[in-house]
Amino acid sequence: MATQHSRAAARLMISPAVILLLCWMLVPLGMTLYFSFLRYNLLMPGTESWNGWTNYYYFLTDPSFTDAIINTLLLVGGVLAITVVGGVLFALLLDQPMWGQGLIRVLVIAPFFVMPTVSALVWKNMFMNPVNGIFAHLANALGVAPLDFFARIPLASIIWIVSWQWLPFATLILLTSLQSLDQEQLEAAEMDGANWLRRFRFVMIPHLARPVTVVILIQTIFLLSIFAEILVTTNGGPGTATTNLTYLIYVQSLLQFDVGAGSAGGVIAIILANIVAIFLMRMIGKNLDA
Amino acid sequence: MGRITLSQVKKDFGEVSVIQKLSLTIEDGEFIVFVGPSGCGKSTLLRLIAGLEDITEGQIEIDGRNATELPPAKRGLAMVFQSYALYPHMSVRKNIAFPLRMAGVEKSQQDRLVEEAARMLNLTDYLDRRPRQLSGGQRQRVAIGRAIVRKPAAFLFDEPLSNLDAALRVGMRLEISELHKRLETTMIYVTHDQVEAMTMADRIVVLNDGRIEQVGTPLELYRKPGNLFVAGFVGSPKINLLSGAESRKHGAATIGIRSEHISISTEGGDWPGSIGVSEHLGSDTFFHVACEGGDAPITVRADGEVDLKYGDKVFLTPDTAQIHKFDSRGLRID
Amino acid sequence: MAREVSKRRKAITTAAAGCVGFLMFFPILWIAILSLKSEGDAIRGPLEILSSNWTLESYGAVQERSNYLKHFTNSVAISFGSTFLGMLVAIPAAWAMAFVPGRRTKDVLMWMLSTKMLPPVGVLIPLYLIFRDTGLLDTRTGLVLVMMLINLPIMVWMLYTYFKEVPGEILEAARMDGATLRKELFYVLTPMALPGMASTVLLVIILAWNEAFWTLNLTAVKAAPLTAFIASYSSPEGLFYAKLSAASIVAIAPILLLGWISQKQLVRGLTFGAVK
Repeated sequence: MATQHSRAAARLMISPAVILLLCWMLVPLGMTLYFSFLRYNLLMPGTESWNGWTNYYYFLTDPSFTDAIINTLLLVGGVLAITVVGGVLFALLLDQPMWGQGLIRVLVIAPFFVMPTVSALVWKNMFMNPVNGIFAHLANALGVAPLDFFARIPLASIIWIVSWQWLPFATLILLTSLQSLDQEQLEAAEMDGANWLRRFRFVMIPHLARPVTVVILIQTIFLLSIFAEILVTTNGGPGTATTNLTYLIYVQSLLQFDVGAGSAGGVIAIILANIVAIFLMRMIGKNLDA
Repeated sequence: MGRITLSQVKKDFGEVSVIQKLSLTIEDGEFIVFVGPSGCGKSTLLRLIAGLEDITEGQIEIDGRNATELPPAKRGLAMVFQSYALYPHMSVRKNIAFPLRMAGVEKSQQDRLVEEAARMLNLTDYLDRRPRQLSGGQRQRVAIGRAIVRKPAAFLFDEPLSNLDAALRVGMRLEISELHKRLETTMIYVTHDQVEAMTMADRIVVLNDGRIEQVGTPLELYRKPGNLFVAGFVGSPKINLLSGAESRKHGAATIGIRSEHISISTEGGDWPGSIGVSEHLGSDTFFHVACEGGDAPITVRADGEVDLKYGDKVFLTPDTAQIHKFDSRGLRID
Repeated sequence: MAREVSKRRKAITTAAAGCVGFLMFFPILWIAILSLKSEGDAIRGPLEILSSNWTLESYGAVQERSNYLKHFTNSVAISFGSTFLGMLVAIPAAWAMAFVPGRRTKDVLMWMLSTKMLPPVGVLIPLYLIFRDTGLLDTRTGLVLVMMLINLPIMVWMLYTYFKEVPGEILEAARMDGATLRKELFYVLTPMALPGMASTVLLVIILAWNEAFWTLNLTAVKAAPLTAFIASYSSPEGLFYAKLSAASIVAIAPILLLGWISQKQLVRGLTFGAVK
């Protein structure tokens, strides 16, 4: 469909975007990689020296690294489990005929538009605060001792907050996908004698497999980088109980000013994210051909 | 004026050659149809003429002017697309006026030409509607209207009727033929439907695998197919092709005989067989006859009054003067 | 064809879905209520809170205490500015990839997407240092740039999927009708792709408005948008329920509206066209 003229014009039109993104990607990435092999502390400028793999060694053997990895996995896994299961259930429910569907859907997806700092602070203070929070008032009314969420179950509390933000995302995507399911397929299954449970098992679940994978992959990319929610609620504590990899690197580089170790951590985070990204890209790439 | 000459035109998409070196002259005022199975390169050829694709080799002349390097807008051609390609955000009036607007024609002149085209195409009542409020046939007419207002050197049609239902298609076929008679402008029409080709064309170009198989008037192609491909493609129902012992009797690798050149009888004849499926069209009936020793059933046309049932024993006799003979390469033997 | 469902079943589903909707929305509703209470009432029990007096004083107090308006304008400037700049770059790129696809178009698209997969923390230090050395730290300009770059792949992708839906034949028709490239863009493509562009803009504004990694790390006071400003309420001495609620409501209300308008397109944008 193209001719010579349009091809030249096209290249010219793509270049700004490509050049910008290329710089955005390569320059900082190269610097991170370079810093990760340096002894480099912002408090002692001018003392930079080659450090080989030492930064990686210290970062990887630091006990807080192991904690951070475990916390990251728990955080990502916990939120994924809640949002995928909840999302499927919500989507199935919202897909049923009902009155005021539009309004209800709007209510369900609202949390997704709340900025992370707001949702974290609201949950922390208005709900989970052991004295003034709604949960504390509820516990008192029931005659139970209120739970100090961020002291006793800090990571679970953060998982809860993040799940509240991402459940709408999963619901919305799965609902969109359910609504695109060919009704004739379900009717054919019904003619073939499949009851509701079997229609769900053999028609709807296979249909949802793809969007669920997309939800998992995209959420993973974002969840690996959870930061604001931790910063405003627990600052990674108590101890390292809620420090994930992103937060650990932030502490290393901008609080302890150890650029070298922080960069080594950054490289590791990039590698981890890329493992997920490869799968995601493959799925999206396949879709591009279709 | 609209004389278009293609000389040694070739088109490659990467490694694949879609149009192999091909030359063709389309005369001014001619209605020419490119016909062939899907993937034969007929649409690509049309798009090369339109300038929507660059040609790899060769030259295109329009009215004696070399148009090979000209962008589509400068070729003075108008095209009607398969999907009609109407601008959904413009009214019918604006759609038809669009080429005039692009050419910088004065507003009052634009209105006059649009009204004129609308009258010719029975669109006057719909001028202020949006394309999506129109039926398939009406959209088709808007697309044609958009093409005729600028008085092009030639019209290009890319399978324009394939999105219409059967009844509308026959009507539009007549309307386009009528339009051609009235405007006397060159029309190049691409279709995969040989009935459209036969009924509309002054000349037909049969394409296959990016090559021209044969060029000729509809009746030339029907009466004297130059090769097996053309014989098999032109004519409905499909010509009966026989090879083996029967064709050797006529000194050919394959012989072809059309359904109307075989007579059917219950008493006696050359080929004994039994009636299979019969298609009753009212005036005619087509019988598919399974002949002894033959693998494919032979289609025979009979009068609509002939009453034969499934399984009846019959005899077929071909009219030997009407047998088409082809050699082992598939070329016609005269 | 949808079949009639019994009224009773419909009532049950409506009730169940209504509960789900209410619970999901409750935290937002609750801060809306708290924002209309006095500071003293806001820390009481839920039932007492509901029956206490309504007042708008918190909204005024937030502005007095911390020049709230400045942070709000920062948010607006950063999200709208970055979106506008980004669209200038993304529209031609997406147009070219959708209508003049080459052999490498798909690779370029996938590569653009891959930049989005880069964890921000991986480039935090270099960016912080570059910003420090170029004086971009705590400036709107710096954040506009960063926001534009992190959202550029999404813009290109979304626009690409919308442009792809404009039938190629229509653009060819315009070309046959004598339209030059400029006229084709102006008279045919732009009007047809306008809804898609609008939803792209909406989504990207939402994402930029809520972004909380770079805004927290690259701003201090001067250029801090609402995300960073709200974070300042996390320190115990700044903890006032009613004021926090009022500040939060103003911070999320505009984006909640935009989000509801663009919920359909949201799916496509956030999944890079993998789910429509």
